[in-house]
Amino acid sequence: MSTQITNEDLELSVLESDTTVPATRLSSLDTLESEAIHIIREVVAEFEKPALLFSGGKDSVVMLHLATKAFWPGKVPFPVLHVDTGHNFPEVIDFRDRTVERLGLKLVVGSVQEFIDRGELAERADGTRNPLQTIPLLDAIQSNKFDAVFGGGRRDEDKARAKERILSLRDEFGQWDPRNQRPELWNLYNGRHTVGQHVRAFPISNWTELDVWRYIERENIELPGLYYAHEREVFARDGMWRAVGEVSQPLDTEEVITKTVRYRTVGDMSCTGAVESTAATVRDVVIEVAASTITERGATRADDRISEAAMEDRKKDGYF
Amino acid sequence: MSTEIDTARAATLLDDAPLKDATLFRFATAGSVDDGKSTLVGRLLHDSKAILADQLDAVARTSADRGFGGSGATGTQAIDLALLTDGLRAEREQGITIDVAYRYFATDRRSFILADCPGHVQYTKNTVTGASTADAVIVLIDARKGVLEQTRRHLSVLQLLRVAHVIVAVNKIDLVDFSESVFREIEADVQQVGRELGLGSDGIADLLVIPVSALDGDNVVDRSERTPWYEGPALLETLESLPAADELESHLESFRFPVQLVIRPQGALAPDAIEGGLDVEAYRDYRAYAGQITEGSVKLGDKVTVLTPGQGPRTTTVTGIDFAGAELIEAAAPQSVSIRLADEFDVARGDTIAAAGTIRESSADLYAALCWLSPKPLREGAKVLVKHGTRTVQALVRNVSGKLDLATFKLEGASSLELNDIGHAQLRLAAPLPLENYLHHRRTGAFLVIDPIDGNTLAAGLVNDHPGDHEDERYSI
Repeated sequence: MSTQITNEDLELSVLESDTTVPATRLSSLDTLESEAIHIIREVVAEFEKPALLFSGGKDSVVMLHLATKAFWPGKVPFPVLHVDTGHNFPEVIDFRDRTVERLGLKLVVGSVQEFIDRGELAERADGTRNPLQTIPLLDAIQSNKFDAVFGGGRRDEDKARAKERILSLRDEFGQWDPRNQRPELWNLYNGRHTVGQHVRAFPISNWTELDVWRYIERENIELPGLYYAHEREVFARDGMWRAVGEVSQPLDTEEVITKTVRYRTVGDMSCTGAVESTAATVRDVVIEVAASTITERGATRADDRISEAAMEDRKKDGYF
Repeated sequence: MSTEIDTARAATLLDDAPLKDATLFRFATAGSVDDGKSTLVGRLLHDSKAILADQLDAVARTSADRGFGGSGATGTQAIDLALLTDGLRAEREQGITIDVAYRYFATDRRSFILADCPGHVQYTKNTVTGASTADAVIVLIDARKGVLEQTRRHLSVLQLLRVAHVIVAVNKIDLVDFSESVFREIEADVQQVGRELGLGSDGIADLLVIPVSALDGDNVVDRSERTPWYEGPALLETLESLPAADELESHLESFRFPVQLVIRPQGALAPDAIEGGLDVEAYRDYRAYAGQITEGSVKLGDKVTVLTPGQGPRTTTVTGIDFAGAELIEAAAPQSVSIRLADEFDVARGDTIAAAGTIRESSADLYAALCWLSPKPLREGAKVLVKHGTRTVQALVRNVSGKLDLATFKLEGASSLELNDIGHAQLRLAAPLPLENYLHHRRTGAFLVIDPIDGNTLAAGLVNDHPGDHEDERYSI
């Protein structure tokens, strides 16, 4: 590619580019950061009322960090939205509240428990509340009139996510129509929508799990402690280590043992499993992730094991 | 249950220097239904160790269920590599790929983003989408079939989009007994098409031809001993060494910066920045223009031109280049930064900052090539929206002046454009835009055509010169 005008110039420019290719070409992390910041700024410029989904999980923490960089020295110009399953790890809620306070943000909470209490949602037989988050999420989006919602979804997480756009339209019912998506060209994002529709924006779509961890290391980003190795009482279920907690009790046949574990994802306590790990620092985790031979969702999310298309089905209904 | 550790791979990736210096390379694949594109993508992911154990298990189970009988030359378990790239339920059910899927893998030299573009009915839409951000595109050819009409169409679209590197993978070379003469014949045909299109001959793009067997892995990651007559690099080596589009463009002096928004916090400074020691008094009147550099580079003290629609060009000096608290001396594409200017102009989203003397005035007459991506056809007289850089304006389609026959590369008469057509049109804009020829400016020469009623993207637009334009008028400022 060249922007010179004549063929003679073209040849010259090719020669020049051979000798002047700067040693300073952006690293892949800097390129991904720059792309994400561009997307965050586009959404803020083009939408009336954006919000950022913030669970205290590492992807949403990275998203918030990118937002602070995008608007420096100004405040992040949108609120954060958390869908609270009521089955959270207490240290994650504590982390969420401290972060919101530190950045001077407004926090909007959608509560699964309130929907259950009002009889608008029913507890599932397996006790898992992850799939129950969709209705409180859509309700929070509608009642707050959010027209764009940032998420930390990445395309490397799942095969349905691999087909997701960076700006993804949701209809009046919050549904995703994977067969009818807008083509996404160059860095021109089309976020036009009509009343009742909203857009999900995924600025870190092109990041991998390893990119996220390397960025956390490079930027010295604080995370909830359960991402790092710690001792915990656990029992084995569905091929994963599950923490013993108020909402996650072992059956009589399930033996409770103490193990050194960490979490690769932080979701609903009733369906998120821990992995045995001695990775106690961010550097340890980077090495572990680079070496891991199992994807993060396959390893630690019971809800994605339900069927081959589990994520696709939840996304169509309006899930994150 | 425990995280399994592949220490060899970790050692390769985490040897500090290469990982820190690894750069990003984006590429896309294009091909017809049966030429083995999914298998090639699966092979690249598998042999570069991007496929994790649980994904491989799932694929092996499905392969066995379906009675897949292929065998790998590398002595691996017979699995259908194409399954690795299956995405949606409908795709698995119908055994086809519907939509562009993005894949990720890394070597110690580069991180790769792969846009896997299906090659059936909506091939133009998918190829245009994948190629718009790609540094390179791989076009697959079945060695038994050679250059087909669809190959010509693909190459034609890639030429139009000015993709920096076009790699033609002559696949299924095992099925023609690794015959050099078959390969050379196809290679000559490809070069002939390339010459007709101007690919690879005038500095616009490289055109490389590689014999591969996606099924067995020949020349995909490693050079094959079964093609001793082929002396070039394997596919992955090629992808690791080609310069990315931004490297090729980095020497350009044509700095371009579409303003995304104005950062002017006034009272609302970030509490964490204040906590970190930000001088509140000094930043009370902070005002900077945020955006991503689309091409070229900018230094402190550079003279720049600000283009605001409806106003004459204004020239000023760059007094600051900020990024999240760091004051930079220089920045280049594709960095996202905030720029401060010497004069207090009224600059807003949609304005463009450019190196002084390198950009011409905005124009409301748009001549362009349109890749039509919607089932709703384009008719003359239609009212549409044009999104260019950070500005969206209304536009009237004055006329459609012809459409391209992608197989013969000839322009034929047309007054409308249908799905997958590429044609030329003239539009009248409600407000002028800083339009530049796509041939020379891949970002500021590109735009979207949007349906004002449902908001859907109708076309990818590439700005042409005005008829009768002269080179010497280009830089009138």
